[in-house]
Amino acid sequence: MNRHITFTINGKKKEIQIDVRQSLLEVLREKLGLLSVKQGCAVGECGACTVLLDDVPIDACLYLAVWADGRSIRTVEGESREDKLSRVQQTFVDEGAVQCGICTPGFVMAATSFVEKHKQQKVSRYEIRRGLAGNLCRCTGYDTIVTAVQKCLDEDDA
Amino acid sequence: MFNFKSYARAGSVQEAIQLLGQNPEAHLIAGGTDMLVKLHKGKAQFDHLVDIHDIAELKFITQNDANDIIIGPLTSFTQVAESELIRKHIPVLSQAVLTIGGPQVRNMATIGGNLCNGVPSADSATPLIALDAAVMIEGRDGSRQMPLESFFLGPSQVALEHHEILTAITITRDNYADYSGHFHKYAMREAMDISTIGCSAVCKLKDDTLQDLRLAFGVAAPVPIRCKGTEDKVRGRKITPKLLTDIAQSVPADVRPRTSWRAAKEFRLQIITTLAQRVVEQAILNAGGTVQ
Repeated sequence: MNRHITFTINGKKKEIQIDVRQSLLEVLREKLGLLSVKQGCAVGECGACTVLLDDVPIDACLYLAVWADGRSIRTVEGESREDKLSRVQQTFVDEGAVQCGICTPGFVMAATSFVEKHKQQKVSRYEIRRGLAGNLCRCTGYDTIVTAVQKCLDEDDA
Repeated sequence: MFNFKSYARAGSVQEAIQLLGQNPEAHLIAGGTDMLVKLHKGKAQFDHLVDIHDIAELKFITQNDANDIIIGPLTSFTQVAESELIRKHIPVLSQAVLTIGGPQVRNMATIGGNLCNGVPSADSATPLIALDAAVMIEGRDGSRQMPLESFFLGPSQVALEHHEILTAITITRDNYADYSGHFHKYAMREAMDISTIGCSAVCKLKDDTLQDLRLAFGVAAPVPIRCKGTEDKVRGRKITPKLLTDIAQSVPADVRPRTSWRAAKEFRLQIITTLAQRVVEQAILNAGGTVQ
């Protein structure tokens, strides 16, 4: 059940062979070595496998790799530029929004899309929580994560 | 790797109908958020897939010449929730679909998939049956239309023949134009949860009377249901606090909740009577009415 697909991954065009039974999560990890994409629950509950598909967050565990044909995917590996972390990544570090780290790449991608979507908008902490509701974290209690996102949006204002 | 045995990709509605016809065991996969979970759990009855994920002709939200609103079944919940047309004319639907899953799931899951799964907890179903939505179905022998309410036959059973697929969901102008609505989902968490009870009310007011009410519940019976007994009793009545308590007293006769691990039947009945009042009251307020 093999197919060739072409997609853009972190800004680079790639053509690869996949099996139609593979999830995007498996292809990203096993074929492309993008290990930031974690498998947590594998059923779309935890968000650890969040990637951006055409800039929209999805759970890569519930997405067939074949559907990515012709689309553009972003993972945490593509967010930093020349050893400089993206603003969302740096703010997560500054606010201590990272503890054990397993949920962090998924959170960073969900937060990145949230910040891009809500640029120049006044957003409440509650709305940030709702915007990140598809990601679970067992360490931080979420507060530092929400603060990090708020800070990214506030900086936009300035 | 998911463990399905055959996979065929449909590029159009006609192709999907043909592919279903060729394989009596085939199941449709759309957004994948339910089907891939079933496959992950190794459910063998879903071994053969016809993939309709990328059928472009089923992704749309539009208004026809009669101003009816028509939604393509492969429209994602995010697209439904953010559609200007939906937010302007049927905000109750936007409100309901925003309670489903989390952002990632809403970006992938489709409104047609939610309906065709046929589960009693489908959060998009109660606003749509309250709005008297109709579904358009296409198959080998042509197309047919039916009320969404009669599309639901039982738990995980809908009125689709094997070779048929859902192609449109229609809300006619007369069913939304003068109506306002409200939705509430009772669940244990505010996101990423399945409804314990879902409730939608849409109403039309005339001066201080309730000219029309449509009240619908999810998880209150084997299928999403309307409370037609209650609706008939209150149509045309003056809007008073007594009206709301009468609605609460009347709804238990319209519903058939059961006990599951999520909630006991008695608890569900309690939620249903409470939500009936609160959701109808908010729908009345949204319509510009007052309860006094």
